[in-house]
Amino acid sequence: MIKQFLSLEWKAFFRSASFGKSLGIKIFMGFLSLYFIAVFLIMGIGLYPGLKKVFPDKDPLLLVNSFLFYWVIGDLVIRFFFQKLPVMSVKPLLTLPVKRSKVVNYVLGKSAFSFFNFLPLFAIIPFGITLIFKDYPLVNVLIWMAALILVVLIINFLNFIIESFSAETELSFLPIIVIAGALYALNHFNIVPLNELLGNGFNAIYKTPFLIIIPLLILLLCYAFNFKLLRQKLFLDSGLKTKVKEVNVSNLDWTKNFGDIAPFLQLDLKLIWRNKRTKSSIWMVVIGLLYGLFIYTNPQFKNLTPFYIFVGIFSTGIFLINFGQFIPAWDSSYYKLLMSQNLKYEQYLKSKFTLMAISVLILFVLGIPYVFFGWKVLVAHFAAAIYNIGVNTHVILLGGSFNRKKINLSQKAAFNYQGTGAVQWLIGIPLLLLPMGIFAVFYFLIGFEIACLVLIILGVVGIVFHQKLMKIITQKYIDSKYKMIDAFDQNN
Amino acid sequence: MIITSNLSKTYNGNQVLSIESLEIPKGQSFGLVGNNGAGKTTYFSLLLDLIQPTTGNIKSNDVQVNKSEDWKPFTSAFIDESFLIGYLTPEEYFYFIGELRGQNKADVDTLISEFEDFFHGEILGQKKYLRDLSKGNQKKAGIVAALIGNPEVIILDEPFANLDPTTQIRLKNIIKELANKQGVTVLISSHDLMHVTDVCQRIVVLEKGEVVKDLETSAVTLKELEAHFAN
Repeated sequence: MIKQFLSLEWKAFFRSASFGKSLGIKIFMGFLSLYFIAVFLIMGIGLYPGLKKVFPDKDPLLLVNSFLFYWVIGDLVIRFFFQKLPVMSVKPLLTLPVKRSKVVNYVLGKSAFSFFNFLPLFAIIPFGITLIFKDYPLVNVLIWMAALILVVLIINFLNFIIESFSAETELSFLPIIVIAGALYALNHFNIVPLNELLGNGFNAIYKTPFLIIIPLLILLLCYAFNFKLLRQKLFLDSGLKTKVKEVNVSNLDWTKNFGDIAPFLQLDLKLIWRNKRTKSSIWMVVIGLLYGLFIYTNPQFKNLTPFYIFVGIFSTGIFLINFGQFIPAWDSSYYKLLMSQNLKYEQYLKSKFTLMAISVLILFVLGIPYVFFGWKVLVAHFAAAIYNIGVNTHVILLGGSFNRKKINLSQKAAFNYQGTGAVQWLIGIPLLLLPMGIFAVFYFLIGFEIACLVLIILGVVGIVFHQKLMKIITQKYIDSKYKMIDAFDQNN
Repeated sequence: MIITSNLSKTYNGNQVLSIESLEIPKGQSFGLVGNNGAGKTTYFSLLLDLIQPTTGNIKSNDVQVNKSEDWKPFTSAFIDESFLIGYLTPEEYFYFIGELRGQNKADVDTLISEFEDFFHGEILGQKKYLRDLSKGNQKKAGIVAALIGNPEVIILDEPFANLDPTTQIRLKNIIKELANKQGVTVLISSHDLMHVTDVCQRIVVLEKGEVVKDLETSAVTLKELEAHFAN
């Protein structure tokens, strides 16, 4: 049975319309994972000698144990944002002679083979081997390693439990931040010394191996709980059913001020507000806006001026990046309608452009308090905002004409809690790094003011040639019309 | 009104549609029947410029549909659910389509008020999004949306499927009225021979992408069609 599930997924991957594109992304992700593997491997090998050097009179193993708490918290947060439960379309399987428990076990089992679970091994195993070579007792070290692997798996399943509960709420990432923050605070202010407790626990497991039964039991508990959660969702009237919500009709007549793009603007606003998938990108905006606080409060970055531009582009353009990268796929489920309706492509695209440009302006205004960190920050943010409006909006619209992947707004795939993962962030890289690079070159060659001016000029040029650029972009969309219709018609 | 010449569509050397010539005069209610894979939806998609013809072309009101977009103002269609915008309420959807077709809210309201009977109290004022309606009700909304803005050509793919019997009868009356009184060219496809013979003045049978029968509807048409498909 598992063999057949695997072959189903194999086919779903290779036969999907967006295969070429997702293959490119997968190759990129491959390189990224190689990088992380290398980092962890170096860490695993260097950990023992490094700790010995810095703390010559302490046992490296005990030191590592005393830091495990921070690793658990960090891992949990990172996984929440980047690891998703494997998706599988289960509806067709329900009426077939396949036990529900088998489907759930398969999905959960597959998640155990996630890259996130293998990555720590690259650090754990070399460190463990070093320990054995340094004459630590063999059995105890092996048990200690096994306990760590169990913890990795516990984090894995704990994450899905948190995700499944936070998927129900509007602010989907609030629970994880509250949980992680609370745990950290409890420990930091010595209310409950979780760090010590966990460290002592691992010391105990190291000394008395049979205590490994405790993490094992926790793991089984987590698994059983996940199993219960998922199994409940495997009915048409529970998890697989889309909830019917009462409509709240809002009056969007003010959009009329924008003239002929008003109907599309209204449509876009409703699109964003009424679909789970798009709504999450609004909450992303909050993160983006506050991102500067992480950077500017950190004295290390204080003197790295090019980072001002990075933060500026990111915090004023987070909506642009999040929303823009899926144009026109947001409208993929009714693309045929738009294409046979009496509409001007240019108006359709202009509505998207207007929405993104306005978002940049609003985010810039909301970010003005950053002036607290120096006037240079504000100037850099201003330059970044102009650059976003003039250049990045057009770039992302142009990129959209290569979009061939359908987005299913209404039907959430079962088990797919947020529909976004690591891939979502990739597109942001050129949009962020290019202006930062341009700025850095002029900054180091000439100076801060000129570098800002260059970005502003680039942005203004983009705005001046807006009409012309939109003509070119529109033509691109028209040229790929049939291909898009065809791709958006397919369901994977 | 609609002139098809030398039209063909080939996918990887596989010919799915080949119509040498087909002329549909203005105000005719035109029915397209054929088994699965006969090319009905392909023909409609070509007519709406959703796919490209391999050879030949379709001219609608002297506009070649794959060259110019000037056919759009007077043409409307409902092919399948992908013509609906799931996160809008039916009213909002009607207004959106209306706006694209140059109709204000009052115009749209007047038009849809004529269809209250057809909606059977299940579409308007329900406070539900289109995606949450049943298949049949979605279809009703889609069909009525295709009537907004006084189109001269209306294309409906399988309009009777998924509808309840009462609605099927009402829809037949609507289509008949459009063609007879208002001079609208209505193109429909259907698997239900009885329905098409009821509403269409002319019926074309497609088989493997080719026109095999072209009938003016008369008392014997249903028998003839049944005999054709029985073999």
